[in-house]
Order: sequence, then structure tokens, then C-alpha cells
Amino acid sequence: MHISEGILSGPVLVSGMVLAAAGTAAGLRKLDYDRIPRAGILSASFFVASLIHVPIGPSSVHLILNGITGIILGWGAFPAILVALTLQALFFQFGGITTLGVNTVTMALPAVLCYFGFRLAVRKRASLVLPAAFTCGFLSVFLSAVMVGAALVCTEGNFFKVSALVVTAHLPVMIIEGIVTAFCVAFLRKVQPTLLPGLPDPRPPVR
Amino acid sequence: MLSEPILTEDSPIRRLDPRVRVVFTTVYSFVVATSNRFPVLLAALGMSVLLAFLARLDIRDVFKRLALVNGLVLLFWLLLPLTFAGTPLFAIGPFTVSLEGVVVSARITLKSNAILLALLMLVASGSVSELGSALNRLGVPPKIVYLFLLTYRYIFVIEQEFQRLVRAAKIRGFHPGTNVHTYRSYAYLIGMLFVRASDRAERVHQAMVCRGFNGRFHCLREFSLSRRDLAWSAILGLAVLGLEIFEWVNLT
Repeated sequence: MHISEGILSGPVLVSGMVLAAAGTAAGLRKLDYDRIPRAGILSASFFVASLIHVPIGPSSVHLILNGITGIILGWGAFPAILVALTLQALFFQFGGITTLGVNTVTMALPAVLCYFGFRLAVRKRASLVLPAAFTCGFLSVFLSAVMVGAALVCTEGNFFKVSALVVTAHLPVMIIEGIVTAFCVAFLRKVQPTLLPGLPDPRPPVR
Repeated sequence: MLSEPILTEDSPIRRLDPRVRVVFTTVYSFVVATSNRFPVLLAALGMSVLLAFLARLDIRDVFKRLALVNGLVLLFWLLLPLTFAGTPLFAIGPFTVSLEGVVVSARITLKSNAILLALLMLVASGSVSELGSALNRLGVPPKIVYLFLLTYRYIFVIEQEFQRLVRAAKIRGFHPGTNVHTYRSYAYLIGMLFVRASDRAERVHQAMVCRGFNGRFHCLREFSLSRRDLAWSAILGLAVLGLEIFEWVNLT
């Protein structure tokens, strides 16, 4: 859910930029120059994946995929999502320049929270992987929608009904994302578990 | 197939220093986004149209892109006048349309279109790699610029990888529908995309190291401001300043 230009007020836009800058700085600190190619390619795959149409009833919906982005990248989700949003603004005019900060925060902050939640749950008990993944997918979209609503309400109190509509309209997306994230994590666990945090390393130790 | 916005052949805007374009578009977007008076917004829209004209944008492309965004704005027109609390204008059945709602919707429409035209001018007047170099020369932290350029470089590669996976699925009789099988297939597809992207990233990194990559990127593009760039900067700067002053000072 990209907030497009012209809707939010100045203070909200600026706060968004400040928070996004802080989050991106945190993400970049953990990213040394050696790992930028890897981050860039993963960021590109999130960009492509978020363009997929998933059918729901008579229409289709774009998945946001910030849950799985957070799980794989952790704090790196901030710079990855910032870059992906910039490119979406340039390519398709989704979102915009002034709203880059706010959009980054609404999508990346839930992603990072899901990373920590997932890691915590999986370290406690390995059998929690799938429920944790579903919850991450569901919660990341839910928190994003809530933050979009908050940004709208902070701009203008009268936007409250519109905000409530945004959150309820995303309920089917939340459920589908939960399902998709759960299956995706199950797949990654079998094929390349090193991408997921908190799981024990299945590779034999190097002698 | 992913396609970038069409680059214009040649125009006065295209020949400008990209740093001037970036700084102007950003400042202008913020000024318009924070302005609220209708005369100012109308002036801004006029200015955007003039700039779009100067940038020789492809009219059909512009309309197509504007139509998409205005679809979203239309949604606001449908929702806001009905849910905004304020002085009622008229009633349609159980719903009352409020004046404030209409005013806010009109404001959003003007702002969105003005800012969007400016963004299109920026996008169509220079390639993304030129934009990246401009950002680097403007002082944006190098890590984020290189991340930006590398992501851009690999979007098309990853998209082709994705098309390959989708084709493989379709050949095996995959028909998307509203069922768990579809969501699971898409989930596995996305997972496979990440796995392949991760492997490719590993290979790319090793290839770069083999060619002497030591962690430092170097931007080879140099920009220098010509007198023409300075003249344009002055004009554009005055225009933006004029808008801002117009917002704060009531001339009537």
C-alpha cells in the first residue's frame, strides 16, 4: 500500500524521512561493501516478486511481501525496501518522492519486527516455524496498514474513517500473505535454510 | 516484461545537469506537497505542465501513467466527501457529501498531478544510472547509491528468471485460482526466486572478486555546471521560491 503524493501533511512527511533515514542507517551499518551485490540482487528479487498478481475471487492483488523480506534480511530490509520503493516510484509512479520516507517506514518497520519475532519463536522451538511464518506474513501487512492509517490520521483527524477502511480492505491480503509466507518459509527451510534466521545450521562442520 | 518510462530524445531539460534536475524535482515536490492554497496549487500545476512541455514528454505515455495514479485519486473522491465530517453540501440517499471532503479531494488531485508531472519530467530526461551518479555527486551516502544501482541493474535479470519459472509452471498445467494450491505454488515460486537470486549473487560477488573488487566502488562520471545550468537553476529556484512566498503571502 503505497501512499501517493499530495495526501500527507508536511510534518508527517518529514517525520517519515527522519525515521526512514534512521532505519536505513541501521541497516547499512550491518552491510559492508562486500555484501552490497548480494543485497542488491535480493532487493531486485523483492521488487520483482512484489509485482506478482495473486488471484482472489474475481480480481487479483499484489502481495507486499515485507514479512518474508524482513525474515531474510533483518535490518537490511530498510535499505532494500527504500531502494525498491524508489525504483517503483521511478518506473511505475507508485508512491512518490516526498512519500518515500513514510512508505519505507510503514513497510520496513513491520518487516524488521517480524524478523525478531520469527527468530525468537524459532529459537524457542523448531516446530513453531510454520505458525511463526504465517503470523509474520499476517502481522507485517496488518502493521503496515495500521501505520498507513496512523499517517493519514496524523495528517488530518477526519481521515479516520478512510484509515479504518484501508485496514479492513487489507484483511484478505493479510490472510493470503500469511499463507504465502508460511509456504515460502517451508520451501526455504528445505532448499536453503541458511537464508532463514534462527535455524540450526544443517551443513556438516568444516574440519 | 518490465519497461522503464520512455526517455525523450532531446529537450532543454534533457541537456541540463542531472543534479539540477534532481534537486529541483525534490524541492518542488516538497513545496507543492506542503502548499494548501488553491491559487498556489493551480499555479504549480501550470508550472508542471509547462515543464512537461519543455521536457518534450510523450503525451500518450504521460496520460497513461497519470490515468493510473488518478484512479487512486478517484477512490479518494468516492470516499472522502462521504466520510469527512463537515458542512453538508447535499445528500445522496443515506450519505451526505461534505464541503470539506470535496475541498480536500480537489486539493489532493491538484497536488498529485503537479508532483507527478515533475517526477515524470525527471524520469524521462535521464537514465537511472545517470540519476545514480547524480545522487552520488550530490552527497548521498555511497552505500545506498551503489545498492540502488546494483538493484536496478539486476531487476531485469531477475525478472527474466521469474518469467522462466512461470513458463515452467504453465507448461506443467498451472492455472491460478483462488485456492491453496495456487498460493502454495506462488509461494514456492517466490522462494525459488530468492534461492536463485541468492546463488546468482554469490556468483556475481565471486566474479567481481576475481576481477579485483576490493570493496570500493568508483563513480567515473563527472558533472560540471555550465552557464546554461546556472541560468536554469536561477530560473527554477526563483519559480519555486515564488510558489512558497505565494503560499504564505496573500496577494489579494
